[in-house]
Amino acid sequence: MPSLKDLKNRIASVKSTRKITKAMQMVAAAKLRRAQDAAEASRPYAERFNAVLAGLAAGARGSDNAPLLLRGTGREQVHLLVVMTSERGLCGAFNSSIARLARYEAEKLQGEGKTVKILTVGKKGRDILRRDWGQAFVGHVDLSAERRIGYAVGQRIAAEILRRFEAGEFDVATIYFNRFRSVISQVPTRKRVIPAELEEGAAPSALYDYEPSEEGILADLLPRAVATQVFAALLENRASEEGARMTAMDNATRNAGDMIDRLTIQYNRSRQAAITKELIEIISGAEAV
Amino acid sequence: MAEMSGTFRFDLVSPERRLAGLEAREVLLPATDGEMTAMPGHAPVITTLRPGLVRVVHAGGTEEFVVTGGFAEITGAGVTVLAEQSLPRGEVTAEIHARWVEEARSALTAAEAIPDRAGPVDDAARLLADMVAVGDRIAVGQAPSRAPAPG
Repeated sequence: MPSLKDLKNRIASVKSTRKITKAMQMVAAAKLRRAQDAAEASRPYAERFNAVLAGLAAGARGSDNAPLLLRGTGREQVHLLVVMTSERGLCGAFNSSIARLARYEAEKLQGEGKTVKILTVGKKGRDILRRDWGQAFVGHVDLSAERRIGYAVGQRIAAEILRRFEAGEFDVATIYFNRFRSVISQVPTRKRVIPAELEEGAAPSALYDYEPSEEGILADLLPRAVATQVFAALLENRASEEGARMTAMDNATRNAGDMIDRLTIQYNRSRQAAITKELIEIISGAEAV
Repeated sequence: MAEMSGTFRFDLVSPERRLAGLEAREVLLPATDGEMTAMPGHAPVITTLRPGLVRVVHAGGTEEFVVTGGFAEITGAGVTVLAEQSLPRGEVTAEIHARWVEEARSALTAAEAIPDRAGPVDDAARLLADMVAVGDRIAVGQAPSRAPAPG
């Protein structure tokens, strides 16, 4: 049975924990708002870009001299998994759900006799995957210095992927991230970036004249497409992270509240018991006289 | 043609945000094969851009934007410029321009490091030259000439 003083300290400690989680929840809500605005603002570019690219690619896909980024190396032996997670924890299952999907895919690919290489973005995923897949790590991109996800970050990661592709290190690249559906729902998602995965059914846009040439523009656009997709995934990830953190901190705040209620009842009961005991002692002492 | 005298849609978007969206009379673009002016009713063209100035003439005056490359989609109904980096001309300071030139220069160095490939080196060298030329054209460091605000 803890003493009254212990209980009092305990209550004070849980109360300050609740204050912290409450503050974190509000910070996450503000950041989520900003992340959603950023995702919203990036949409016009991504939509136009993808539409133009899909039109161009539909025309070039069949040809034998289409760029490698579009038709692939012709093999599917070496897979690069780009696992994008957060730099910080306390965001519920956000990181582990991405890591779980990536691990599942990595095991499946390995089971098929393929070679798996992993490029991690964000510290948390690296920590989770290190034990089972540490030997497959080929690189890491640190985002802890980036307060805001700018396009330059997407370009940097894309440059890293493209450099490895040009060096012939892999045949297929896939990015793993959380798609933001709502504050309580983030969906672990994978997307192939090399060879480029484009919306099906796009008609070859014979409508346009291309300057300098169709092939020239396509070759110019395909590397940018990697950056565009990585950037979009980063933005989705950031919104998902803050959403997950908000939910996790909301739960934590509520749990702290419940715990404070329970401890307060326990405290009051102990106090009452102590008073009753003292009264009994006084009364029985008086009767004995 | 009636539409020749009208206006058409001009959008300038970067990956991070929409920089401009307005009704324009004509748009001058720094296309890779040379500058071109698009007006309402233009034949559909998709062209890559080199570093340069995008000049938009609209009812309230003229606005200029500096782009560091990208591409443009031109149709009879409008022009969409997709630029990875872009700023209104007045906001390009000497530091920003110096950074762009530096980026182009390191791209050239990176291209030269890969042996047996002349194409990328030529492209990077052209990019660098264009980037430097942009600085001369907009005279960075001097007080920018502000175009009248749109009415």
